[in-house]
Amino acid sequence: MDTPVVDWFALSPSLALLAAAGLALLGAVLVPRAAVRIFSAVVCALGFVGAGVAAGLLFWKSPESSYEVADTIVRDRYGALAQLIVAGAGVLAVAISYGQRTRREHVGEYFALLAACGGGMVFLVQATTLMTLFLGLEWFSICLYILCAIEIDRVASLEAGLKYLIVGSFGSAVLLFGSALVYGATGELEFGAIAAAIEDQGLVNDGLVLAGLAMMIAGLGFKASAAPFHMWTPDVYEGAPTPVTAFMSAATKAVALVLALRVLVTAFPAEDDLWTIAVAVIAIVSLAWGNIAALVQRNLKRMLAYSSISHAGFMLIAIAADSELGAKALLFYLIPYAAASLGAFAVIAARERELGEQVSIENIGGMGWERPTLGVGMWVFMLAFAGLPLTGGFVGKFYVFAAAYDSGLWWLVVAGVIATAISLYYYLAVIRAMYMRMPAELQLAPAGGSPPREALLSATVVVCMAVTVVTFFAVQPLIDVTEKAASQLPF
Amino acid sequence: MNEWLTTVLIAFPVAAALVVWLVPWTNQMAGSLALLAALVEVGIWINALTRFDFNGGLEFEQQEEWFGDLGVSYHVGLYGWSLWLVGMAVVVGAAAIAYAYWNGRENPRAYFGLMLFLTGAIVGVFSSQDLLVFYVFFEAMLIPLYVLVGVWGGPGRLGATIKFVIYTMAGSLLMLAAIVAYGLERGSFDIPDSGTSDNHWIFLGFVIAFAVKAPLFPLHGWLPDAYRESSAEVSAVLSGVVSKAAGFGFLAIAIPLFPGPADDLQPLVLGLAAAGLIYGSYLAFRAPDVRGVIAYSSLAQMSLITIGIFALDDLGRSGAVLHMVNHGLVSAALFLLAGAVERRTATGELSRLGGMARGRPALATVLMATGIIALAVPGSGAFAGEFLILSGIFDDGWGWAVAGAFAIVLAAMYMLRLISGVLHQDVGPSVPDEALDLRPAELAVIVPLVGLLLALSAWPAAITEHLSF
Repeated sequence: MDTPVVDWFALSPSLALLAAAGLALLGAVLVPRAAVRIFSAVVCALGFVGAGVAAGLLFWKSPESSYEVADTIVRDRYGALAQLIVAGAGVLAVAISYGQRTRREHVGEYFALLAACGGGMVFLVQATTLMTLFLGLEWFSICLYILCAIEIDRVASLEAGLKYLIVGSFGSAVLLFGSALVYGATGELEFGAIAAAIEDQGLVNDGLVLAGLAMMIAGLGFKASAAPFHMWTPDVYEGAPTPVTAFMSAATKAVALVLALRVLVTAFPAEDDLWTIAVAVIAIVSLAWGNIAALVQRNLKRMLAYSSISHAGFMLIAIAADSELGAKALLFYLIPYAAASLGAFAVIAARERELGEQVSIENIGGMGWERPTLGVGMWVFMLAFAGLPLTGGFVGKFYVFAAAYDSGLWWLVVAGVIATAISLYYYLAVIRAMYMRMPAELQLAPAGGSPPREALLSATVVVCMAVTVVTFFAVQPLIDVTEKAASQLPF
Repeated sequence: MNEWLTTVLIAFPVAAALVVWLVPWTNQMAGSLALLAALVEVGIWINALTRFDFNGGLEFEQQEEWFGDLGVSYHVGLYGWSLWLVGMAVVVGAAAIAYAYWNGRENPRAYFGLMLFLTGAIVGVFSSQDLLVFYVFFEAMLIPLYVLVGVWGGPGRLGATIKFVIYTMAGSLLMLAAIVAYGLERGSFDIPDSGTSDNHWIFLGFVIAFAVKAPLFPLHGWLPDAYRESSAEVSAVLSGVVSKAAGFGFLAIAIPLFPGPADDLQPLVLGLAAAGLIYGSYLAFRAPDVRGVIAYSSLAQMSLITIGIFALDDLGRSGAVLHMVNHGLVSAALFLLAGAVERRTATGELSRLGGMARGRPALATVLMATGIIALAVPGSGAFAGEFLILSGIFDDGWGWAVAGAFAIVLAAMYMLRLISGVLHQDVGPSVPDEALDLRPAELAVIVPLVGLLLALSAWPAAITEHLSF
């Protein structure tokens, strides 16, 4: 068998991150111990920057989508834009991670795994066969399993890693089984060929295809933490090191949803009357479950975990719209959402390092006055989550609703509106705790004083804030970009 | 230059807010700067007034694409009547900031920054000509209000803010759904250019949002707490200005974009407004404290304004606009006076107040003058507004006019009860002998408001003949 032609350019984002991972690992051994942290962090950040640049070039140079490397990956703007989001999230995650008190002997591995994880993600969004899909998914999942458990001194971290490993593997297994069924029914691996086979062989109502489709949706639902496949999310988000949680909430969700849309519209266009309903139902369950469960959370990371489930619901509404407007809405929504998510977890990380304990509604009290930059940042992020104006979260939500309404799914708009109303209660509870508690209730930093402020964390929060706000004002240029990306999907 | 004027009116206070908030001024400097900015904003408005062409329809119009694929643009502009609302908003905003400056507030940079931001957002509401821009400003008002009430409010502020936010957000999210539905059906979110719709559901989405904001019976549950727990100047802005966003919404959006549904559902809205008018007046008469009286009178007056708007004719509309400006100034002056009284006696309970007129001529005169205008004594601007509203609604059924006239009698009852409860009768247990008369600084804030009210009483046609709907 011949070696296929390899388009190295199309693979360059993954390669940049793999190279960074390798370098960081080497550095862990070769670089003097005192410099390992700075070396591996810089290498990892450069890897993400390199991947971002490569993705930007790919976006620029791929006005037509094309299949590369023996038709196993697709080079298009849709994937490139998702890669850009992952790369941005990665750089910010490195900045959040830098001050984390990871054990010194694990720092090199930590950043190496983070880069490798990003490599898997940017590979996954280009997947166009069932094989590359599964490969990319496992690639980044395995890295995440370890990252969640890397703080081996904390039982919660180990528990998070184990839980994510077991439930995540189950999700992967379901996805793999679904893929096998689809392959069995159609005899094809490539998404487009699957669609053609379903069409040609009259497999629209074939039991194997339908079961496979359902299992693939469920498997991707696990990764995107959409209800009812979300059970792992609160525990893992709570237990994992906060920078890892930040990266997961932004990047994992992004790639899982971006890929879900790609699979559904390229491989199963003939079944769209079925999967739109399925996705819509999952969206509503996610919105309901995520928002209602978040209402009673006291631990902030847990609360944001449920909030992320509800955001998966919002983005699934965009997928259920099954239209170019929906794809635009999904891509647009991801940008302010990722920024707000990373920013919110950065604020939590700052508080966690100040107090040396898990952050809750109680011990965040008064933080807004103590740390004005972080406080205003949290304000902006909560408003973005709630979809209030002056943040890109509003525009994202507006596009999602517009897409749903345009596809005749007005009841999803109603569900989204109700969910937003509920969500305000707990998002504003964070603001209330940070600014409005009585001075007597305030829990100030522990005896011995707070550790010095981390300039890097504050800078991260400022960047996230800027992205969240700029996406509100500069909608048109961003929409043009998402339009170019979305138009390459076959609707 | 003229097309930028509306944007300047919106952006100047917001920019000033950023300057006040971001630069580490001393407390004194922050307050002075904010006051200066608020006064400059009034100056900009006066400049706009002199340039305004009252025969020209939509003036100072500016339109820039925001996201074109859905037909959304940043479109602002002013009609004659909305120019008056903007004027009322900037004047009340300046008075509120001046009052807060004189009173002193903790964390003044944040406080004054938010007050200025709020002013900008309100001006934005009154000048939006695109549904999404309107929604954005409508929500942007909520953000500073939430903090202003929640951080600087009274002891029950947390409950009050939760109620306030949940009521208003539930309303505005319905409106967002309505906006999405309307805009996608029409293919444009532009208010003047998107035509009209016959969809009753979408109309109701808008009406409920405005009915919460106004508020109208039975959606007024948030009102007493919010008006009682805010600081006096925030209550003044809330009841004087923010509530008028609902009036703007009815006049600029709900009625012109939905002529059919507005006609069909007119009895429903009028019924709720009439109920709110009587019920609010009754509650104002029974309220145990100064702020309660003003708060519930606000409910009644907003209902009256809604009746004028839903008369669906020119008389009613003109009266409604005049009354919106009047009521904005009246209730702002009354809330600031209530703040002055509370500052001296540490209570607002009418049973613990009384006899304050003795030895305090300035307080007595100003409160009396404001109260008399508020109860719409013939010859006052409020009387002119109410008269126009009642003549406007008379054609739609004399029953509505009777309800309105009855409420004017009730207004006299509750206002006189308020005046005598504070000023007359025996000296109340909470009124210390050494409580001072209004200080010059307080007079400097409140007297201009009363002066404007007297000017409008002398010449109501200044507004009613310069509306250019």
